[in-house]
Amino acid sequence: MSTEALIMMVVTESVITLVTGYFFYKVLTTKKQPEPDSYSENDDDEVVAK
Amino acid sequence: MANNEAWGSRVGLILAMAGNAVGLGNFLRFPVQAIQNGGGAFMIPYLVCFILMGLPLLFVEWSSGRFGGTNGHHSTPFIFDSMDRRKFWKYVGVFGIFTNVAVAAYYCYLESWTLSYVWHSLVGTFDGQTQEQVAGFFGEYVGLNNPVQPIAFWIFCLALNTWILSRGLSGGVEKVAKIGMPLLILFGAFLAYKAITLEGGTDGAIFDGTMGLNFLWTPDFSSIWTAKVWLAAAGQVFFTLSLGMGSIHCYASYIKKKDDIALNAMSAGWMNEFVEVVLGSAILIPIAVGYFGIDAIMEKTQSGGLGLGFETLPFLFQEWGGITAVIAGVFWFGLLFFAGVTSSLAMGTPVMGFLQDEFGWKRGSSALAFGGIVFLLGLPTVLFFNYGVFDEYDYWAGTVSLVVFALFEIILFAWVFGMGKGWREITDGADIKVPNVFKFIIKYVTPVLLLWVFANSIPSIYDKIKNQDMHDLIAFYNDPSTAQKEYDGAADKIKHLSPDIVSGMNVTIDKTVSADDKKNLFTVRSLGAKLDKIKQPDFNKEAEIEKINKTILYRNISRSGLLLLWLGIAYLVYYAYKKRIKEGRFTS
Repeated sequence: MSTEALIMMVVTESVITLVTGYFFYKVLTTKKQPEPDSYSENDDDEVVAK
Repeated sequence: MANNEAWGSRVGLILAMAGNAVGLGNFLRFPVQAIQNGGGAFMIPYLVCFILMGLPLLFVEWSSGRFGGTNGHHSTPFIFDSMDRRKFWKYVGVFGIFTNVAVAAYYCYLESWTLSYVWHSLVGTFDGQTQEQVAGFFGEYVGLNNPVQPIAFWIFCLALNTWILSRGLSGGVEKVAKIGMPLLILFGAFLAYKAITLEGGTDGAIFDGTMGLNFLWTPDFSSIWTAKVWLAAAGQVFFTLSLGMGSIHCYASYIKKKDDIALNAMSAGWMNEFVEVVLGSAILIPIAVGYFGIDAIMEKTQSGGLGLGFETLPFLFQEWGGITAVIAGVFWFGLLFFAGVTSSLAMGTPVMGFLQDEFGWKRGSSALAFGGIVFLLGLPTVLFFNYGVFDEYDYWAGTVSLVVFALFEIILFAWVFGMGKGWREITDGADIKVPNVFKFIIKYVTPVLLLWVFANSIPSIYDKIKNQDMHDLIAFYNDPSTAQKEYDGAADKIKHLSPDIVSGMNVTIDKTVSADDKKNLFTVRSLGAKLDKIKQPDFNKEAEIEKINKTILYRNISRSGLLLLWLGIAYLVYYAYKKRIKEGRFTS
């Protein structure tokens, strides 16, 4: 591959991978909203008043 | 009966949304668009359009959906109705049901091919077959030479979609997304590795796999100012994110008001980009270029990526031999299947939401109704595939409708509902800070960009209505002398080129050949093939023209049918509206 193609590919794919990873990491680590929220899997959790 | 659907978990919602966006187009359409629009030159406009059109529309659709959902609406007619007091918006929202039903009608058939090809890869149908035999198999499959298998796989696929939908969002759609998306990425990573490490001279490959990557990623900044490249980039961003369909609104309508949409939208949108740009660019083109060279791939992708994906790759996988060939086939078509099924499930939910909200149907009955409608509408695409019915659905429902719908929805959101309220909807409960610049982009830049895309599409829509391509073909068959003159003129201009260049496989990237010479050489190659066809002794002009006339007839019937479908849904929306008034339920 030519240097310019390699740079273009590596930069673009790295940016996309990092941004995707960053947002998904944020989703996984952001604190849950107090119940009732949109998701049924934690419906048994204690309801916290706002 | 109240619509009490809910998402099971936040990760499940994001994977389902990403699965909705990730479709067969990520692997078959994106690389073809990139190849056809200058390779690396395409990537910059593509990423700019993603920021200026893709992300803003994601914010708009997620927030409109959540806003409608808090008022008990789960399909676009009444989501839009709740955003403004003028009554006609609900008829704009009809597109959000129409598009899903009409696209699902042909998409499920396409999805069934992937399942069928997984099966054929497993049982070794393509073992020892030549390229022509593999291509012939596909032609016979869609031509229904042996109708039992294509129809059986199609019905199985419809039944599978219906069953999953009947299990609900958390019990069906979300579970499939949680299994399908990781597997899709795993399969994609394996195939990308194989493609990139493909070496010329081994396994029958002529060139290295990196040659395709090199072409795809070599930036050509001169063509950044070409309108055609920008138009293609905007179109690709649009289709890849499943914007303008109504399915994002529906999924988001099951999110509660205080829950985040900004981070969710960004996460799902970028996940789609990862699959498209990182994986989608690293499979089809590197493998195909490795075996055929760049010129042949340019030629083969003229009519889209389906040919390469179904007629060429199964043959190339055989070159890898033994168990690797089987694994590659299963992974490639398995990947396409997961990409397809997570999208077709998203197409079912707006219809089900509408039936549940407006007519009190239960989940199972709504899913069955969706399956039944898709079966009836899809039947012509299966039976008359070779007469252009499939492509006709794809053009009107899967292309034009999306742009029209998105144009209206951005006007509704930014200018009618109002950017002040709209911005609050986007940022309420947000787990990230949305940059204020998006307020400006959503209000001014995205609508102008969409208007530009639509305005530029008008000539092709007009040609499509007139069936111009078919009439041009008839004119060519009746009088090939004009084409012959064009061929002779182009052939005359490339006389000075060496035979090596004339028969070269990578002239597209040959810097020693001028742009004019390349243009003339490709004219000679494409017109030569067309002229050769009509010079064959078994060529039957009358039969070909009769087939074209039949295609025109089927196309016209298809588009009339789609128009009737739109009107039928509009009538149902009107009926539901009257019913709401009678029952004293909320409208706008």
